[in-house]
Amino acid sequence: MSDVRTVTVERRLPFAPAKVWQALTRPHLLAEWLMQNDFVPAVGHHFQLRGEWGGVLDCEVLIVAPEKTLSYTWNHAHADAAYDLRSVVTFTLTPADGGTHLKVEQTGFRPGQNQASGGAKAGWRRFLEKLEQLLARE
Amino acid sequence: MPHADDRLFRTLADPTRRAIFERLCRDGEQTVGALTARAKVSQPAVSKHLGILKEAGLVRDRQDGRQTHYSAQPGALAPLIDWTGRMTGFWQARFDKLEDLLRRMDQ
Repeated sequence: MSDVRTVTVERRLPFAPAKVWQALTRPHLLAEWLMQNDFVPAVGHHFQLRGEWGGVLDCEVLIVAPEKTLSYTWNHAHADAAYDLRSVVTFTLTPADGGTHLKVEQTGFRPGQNQASGGAKAGWRRFLEKLEQLLARE
Repeated sequence: MPHADDRLFRTLADPTRRAIFERLCRDGEQTVGALTARAKVSQPAVSKHLGILKEAGLVRDRQDGRQTHYSAQPGALAPLIDWTGRMTGFWQARFDKLEDLLRRMDQ
């Protein structure tokens, strides 16, 4: 099963789960921190996340447990297998000291190979540029 | 590994540090003095940035008499090129944005 990869990122947020849930499920709020979207918090709903780089992710809502769990598919179809991505993203909210412990888990299914180095390089460069913009706003 | 990745992302998140690293990648091995001449910060600041880059494995130093020469170690970028590393960085950056949004929702 070497072609299944999971990424987990956790964060303690000094905000109540109800508020974090809003930011995760209201389209105009979701657009502010993640991507432009036509999300609806209903199991089976198909939606798209549109990235600034022009890429489009095809998603389907899998789990909606208000203020607890939100899960959807995160797929990027590409003719070139190196860029094709099938994954599932799951957000888990746990109350913690008046705030929220937020965990995102992304499990991806890909043919076992690395991206062509050119694309990967462009990827990290874009990411670093984004980080810089983020920090500049602080 | 998440620990090492974290350090890598944090190290390169600083624009001055990234500029120093990019210069070493582009122009090859250099001394602190040469790097300071092209940077917008003082020599102690450049030395401090180099120390942090070295800890993250992004640069290597070589002593030559009284001069220390620094060179880039691009291989240390591997976690950024790997899917897992990239997605970790992606979600960390998005969570920063989310936190920023939540703070603004308070007002």
